Amino acid sequence: MRSVIDIKDLSTTELNELVAVAEDIIQNPDKYAHKCDRKKLATLFFEPSTRTRLSFEAAMYELGGHVLSMSDAGSSSAAKGESVADTAKTVSCYADIIAMRHPKEGAPLVAAMNASIPVINAGDGGHNHPTQTLADLLTIHREKARFDNLTIGLCGDLKFGRTVHSLISAMTRYSGIKFVLISPKELTVPSYVKKVIKEAGAECRETTDLLEAMPQLDILYMTRVQRERFFNEEDYLRLKDSYILTPEKLITAKKDLCIMHPLPRVNEISVKVDEDPRACYFKQVLNGKYMRMALILKLLEIK
Amino acid sequence: MNIDSIKNGYVIDHIKAGKGMEIYNLLRLDLLDCPVAIIKNASSSKMGKKDIIKIDALIELNMDILGYVSPDATVDVIKDEKLAEKKKMSLPEKLTDVIFCKNPRCITTTEQELPHIFHLTDRDECEYRCAYCESRGK
Repeated sequence: MRSVIDIKDLSTTELNELVAVAEDIIQNPDKYAHKCDRKKLATLFFEPSTRTRLSFEAAMYELGGHVLSMSDAGSSSAAKGESVADTAKTVSCYADIIAMRHPKEGAPLVAAMNASIPVINAGDGGHNHPTQTLADLLTIHREKARFDNLTIGLCGDLKFGRTVHSLISAMTRYSGIKFVLISPKELTVPSYVKKVIKEAGAECRETTDLLEAMPQLDILYMTRVQRERFFNEEDYLRLKDSYILTPEKLITAKKDLCIMHPLPRVNEISVKVDEDPRACYFKQVLNGKYMRMALILKLLEIK
Repeated sequence: MNIDSIKNGYVIDHIKAGKGMEIYNLLRLDLLDCPVAIIKNASSSKMGKKDIIKIDALIELNMDILGYVSPDATVDVIKDEKLAEKKKMSLPEKLTDVIFCKNPRCITTTEQELPHIFHLTDRDECEYRCAYCESRGK
């Protein structure tokens, strides 16, 4: 019985297998329509999340399974003081697999340690969100048809952005990867993440200038620069526009650039960019559902 | 207690000078009713100064605490007044309830019955990270 709490819980071979299954689901959806007949997914979301919960639920329905869901965290047993461990043990009696989102970092791990069914981390605070990384990987594979020899620009809040750290952890497994880390000095990648890149032998350079980096990039992964991350308003106002993607900033970009964003966006990508065929962030959402389907099948050991 | 001779017990030697009391407290040696001696700032050819703890009973010693607080320490196990075994400490791979997670967003802050588990993530830097939230242990 396996759980996935961190993207590191999956080997490179397993990541490649999940991508292959997701591609097969896209090509042959009918083949998978009854794979999870009579199986139940419990979505335990202890904080509001529309997109991730709907994605998990859509994934299970498309596999022919059922979904058990809490109406909202405020009315759950957790609000009455039940521990995560007890909730996990209880839900194990009703469902076949759990997808858990929780505001506290490490809560899905505690659930996995106590449940007798697989647990998927659907986001724990600012910590891990492995199925977002799976969505990112399928998007890269679909757009570039490879995982190696790519120059990946990561732009915005690279200090607190959990999706960026997980994507780096996943992509350092492949050869010929170059990272261009584009952020204000206040929001650079933490040293332990840089160490992951160095130990993997991947190339990496840092810059504060998105325009300067643009021509080299095969992938541009945007994240939001949040006001509350700055010590003073002046710095925020000075820097925020540098990291907003507009059609003008894409003039020097490659014709086959893949623009990604974990969403939701606020204003870091102009809506005018949505019309650009290189914008892939809504494809990412769809790819997330396919990868969640592949992951559910894997953890339920359904071929 | 004659601190030079132990019948059955331990001599925890080569403790980094100044760490003896910390080990005494973490191992809860204050709860023992057997003789316990702490020698502070003993001279050492290798270390300059060192602390030594002698315990005149074969209690269950938490080696993880010793390894974490003073990874260069050694433990002589004395049985029938003879050296039965010499153990060399090193940084343990895993710590349980030795250090505690300070990250306010960690699940351990709300679920207080959870053990505080840390894994060694960088031996050279003596870096431990929380098993739940991966915050660096301090």
